[in-house]
Amino acid sequence: MMQAIRRRLWAFHGGVHPVQHKHVSTERPIQRPRLPRRIVLPLHQHIGEPADIVVKVGDHVLKGQAVAHASGYVSAPVHAPTSGTVVEIGEAPIPHPSGLTAPCIVIEPDGEDRWIEHGPVENYRELAPSALRNIIREAGIVGLGGAGFPTYIKLNPGHAKAIDTLILNGVECEPYITCDDMLMRERAAEIVSGLEIVAHALQARESVIAIEDNKPEAFHAMQEACKDIPDMSVVQVPTMYPSGDSKLLAKIVTGKEVPSDKLSIHIGLTCVNVGTVYAVHRAIHHGEPLLSRIVTVTGKAVDQACNVEALIGTPMDELIRQCDGNVSRIERLIMGGPMMGFALHRADLPIIKTTNCIIAATAAELQPPRPVMPCIRCGACSDACPANLLPQQLYWFAKTKDVEKAQEYNLFDCIECGACSYVCPSNIPLVQYFRYAKGDVWTREREKEKSEIARRRHESRQKRLEREKAEREAKRQQKKSAVDPAAMAEKGQSEAAAAMQRAEARRDAALREAEKHRTEGRPRPPTEPAEPRNGDAE
Amino acid sequence: MPLLTPTSPHVQAPVSVTTVMLQVLLALIPGLIAYVWFFGWGVVINIGIAVVAALIAETVMLRIRKQPVGQYLWDLSAVVTAVLLALALPPLSPWWITVIGVFFAIVVAKQLYGGLGYNPFNPAMVGYVVLLVSFPVEMTSWLPISDFRSYDLGFAESAAFIFGGHLPAGITFDALTEASPLDTLKNNLGQGNTVSEIRAQLGLDDVTSLLLSVTPIFGMIGGKGWEWVNAGFLLGGLWLIYRKIIGWQIPVAMLASLALISGLFNAYNPEHYATPLFHLFSGAVMLGAFFIATDPVTAAASGPGRLIYGVGIGLLIYIIRAWGGYPDSIAFAVLLMNMAVPLIDDHFKPRVFGHGGK
Repeated sequence: MMQAIRRRLWAFHGGVHPVQHKHVSTERPIQRPRLPRRIVLPLHQHIGEPADIVVKVGDHVLKGQAVAHASGYVSAPVHAPTSGTVVEIGEAPIPHPSGLTAPCIVIEPDGEDRWIEHGPVENYRELAPSALRNIIREAGIVGLGGAGFPTYIKLNPGHAKAIDTLILNGVECEPYITCDDMLMRERAAEIVSGLEIVAHALQARESVIAIEDNKPEAFHAMQEACKDIPDMSVVQVPTMYPSGDSKLLAKIVTGKEVPSDKLSIHIGLTCVNVGTVYAVHRAIHHGEPLLSRIVTVTGKAVDQACNVEALIGTPMDELIRQCDGNVSRIERLIMGGPMMGFALHRADLPIIKTTNCIIAATAAELQPPRPVMPCIRCGACSDACPANLLPQQLYWFAKTKDVEKAQEYNLFDCIECGACSYVCPSNIPLVQYFRYAKGDVWTREREKEKSEIARRRHESRQKRLEREKAEREAKRQQKKSAVDPAAMAEKGQSEAAAAMQRAEARRDAALREAEKHRTEGRPRPPTEPAEPRNGDAE
Repeated sequence: MPLLTPTSPHVQAPVSVTTVMLQVLLALIPGLIAYVWFFGWGVVINIGIAVVAALIAETVMLRIRKQPVGQYLWDLSAVVTAVLLALALPPLSPWWITVIGVFFAIVVAKQLYGGLGYNPFNPAMVGYVVLLVSFPVEMTSWLPISDFRSYDLGFAESAAFIFGGHLPAGITFDALTEASPLDTLKNNLGQGNTVSEIRAQLGLDDVTSLLLSVTPIFGMIGGKGWEWVNAGFLLGGLWLIYRKIIGWQIPVAMLASLALISGLFNAYNPEHYATPLFHLFSGAVMLGAFFIATDPVTAAASGPGRLIYGVGIGLLIYIIRAWGGYPDSIAFAVLLMNMAVPLIDDHFKPRVFGHGGK
């Protein structure tokens, strides 16, 4: 639509322009790598509960067969990306900043790539919204932009107002990453089809496809693909990191700011990633669950940087080798982009649903962190901060562990984009301090909750003791006089107290359960960063 | 080979404290050239003395404080402090004036407070104020611009005086120096003269004043000669804003408030109050606005905070110039506002994304 080009855009505060390094991986079309020899499927590739295993070692599985089911509301199933045999179920290293292991299913492909029975949905518009969401849930689709939030939950507007604007996030503002760019260039029609499904599920008034102006090919392809679709338009947004953040993008496209304590959906906006809607298209129109994704394989340790359509579970080193990469030349292997991605401990980790990019960087490519100098309060960080925070002030509070002051300065509005650390002339790892301070606050909150639970437990014990004493007394009284009305009344009271106590116990259990879920859903608090080398800083 | 696993971000903008300081030094060059042009070589010698003294003081203090000497010397912050202080001193100050000033700036105001980033007061201005209250004679012995000097000291002669107090035969220090235009204006106003009377006496055209051997204090818009020095610092300062080394808020707020308040009083009584342009282009205003008040360590942090901070400095400059005991007042104004920074920082925070507003 022609209106698309002239759509008014809004700006957010700050932002940075890191060197892009994108062209190196856009020179070749999306490659289809060889079938890997071994597929490792972590059960926890998404935000929420890990999936429940439904296969056992020795089982033969077909391509597209669920090997683990969603285990709660916030969860997603995992599917076999090709046919083969389950050879192992157990702990294996996963791509996570901690470098720890997690439960995984290991499949040895049989080379036949034989599909399970599957088929398209004939007319999704006639399906009940919940049925449509269920198909997407069963397809194991999660946010492929990196967050990994189960998509079907996003497609439930619930009691919220109707969705006004559905934003397709094709911004891809991180350097190096080009998977969404290449997908838009090559499969624009399928993306638009997926976007239509999402727009239908949300009953969105309009859909806006936002693409940074450094991707003209993708912009034109998407414009061509949606030109006949009403209420769908494409906009070019200025190239600026981190405009791909969903709340910032909502501001750019609509001018509305999502209030700090609310979600986008509360103000009638939803933002989905290009790869995610492509997966929705495959699920609805082909009946295929999420088995593969586009991954940018780049960095100076690979000679043929490109995008590959990799099966989930493919070991990264196999992909690197197929891109003429030399694993021994890698000094730093990053999953995600250089601004927010994390460095991996080893190269044989599996591609998971949220792996949008792997950067196999040589020693010369990414400089080691420079020596930390004291903060000179230059304010470059607050000029760069897209949330308009004062990182130079927050830094003091984080460093002195003054969590109350840090929260007063809106620590939790930090989106951890890393723009502050990027611009800091003193090389202070600001964002790391903020992650650490957040972890500190969470720990304190948990401890407070724990002591609250302990207090309640103590109180119920006291009550129980009192009740037991009263019961003994009552029995004694009963023996004295079998039909004493006062004793009968007391008995009734103690029964009511017991019921209350049972209810309380159930609630405590639920609380404890919720607490457990919450800690598991969150990334591990990172380790404390090294103090700047200034002896009398404190 | 084990993989490195530092935390994100994995890339960094090509900036460092050193590059920031280096650009500040570069930006001082136009003003410095104008300074040398009008007031001779003394300032260059002062800068040399100040830089050497600052590096020695910094090294000794870093050693005592067991800090990595190379890393902190190379940040060039001591050099910037030294150069700014030297630019604020009269061009023929004896060497020990400069050394004492540097000592207070680097040792007391900076290192004893914890070194780079920890000093609440602008080190160069602390050094300057200590000198001003301790050595009022030396600190107010300015040179007239070159056209009106009885004798023009060369580089070697300037050095001989600064280091040894020797002047060429037949030249006296008093004959060589005089009060700065701001000082002259203040004294004359203090004696009950009106601006137009002073202008009639001292605002003559160049030929007449040469004949009468009276130094004009009024240039085209500001203090004679000083207006060009200020223009040079303005140019360098604008370049720093363009390079995003400094923000626009402090200089703009400071200059605008100074112009506004001097304009109001000038409009109220032009016979007693000099014009806004005279105030903006005299003394150390531009140096102060772009290079001293903008010292990030001692300035307010947020955008709105910096506006308040700049306005405070602008108003204080005028108040002290008009009614205080000193002819110029950049240093006092900056130090007074340094004291207010924690309060300003606490009250002026930017609106965080998603908090109120639209």
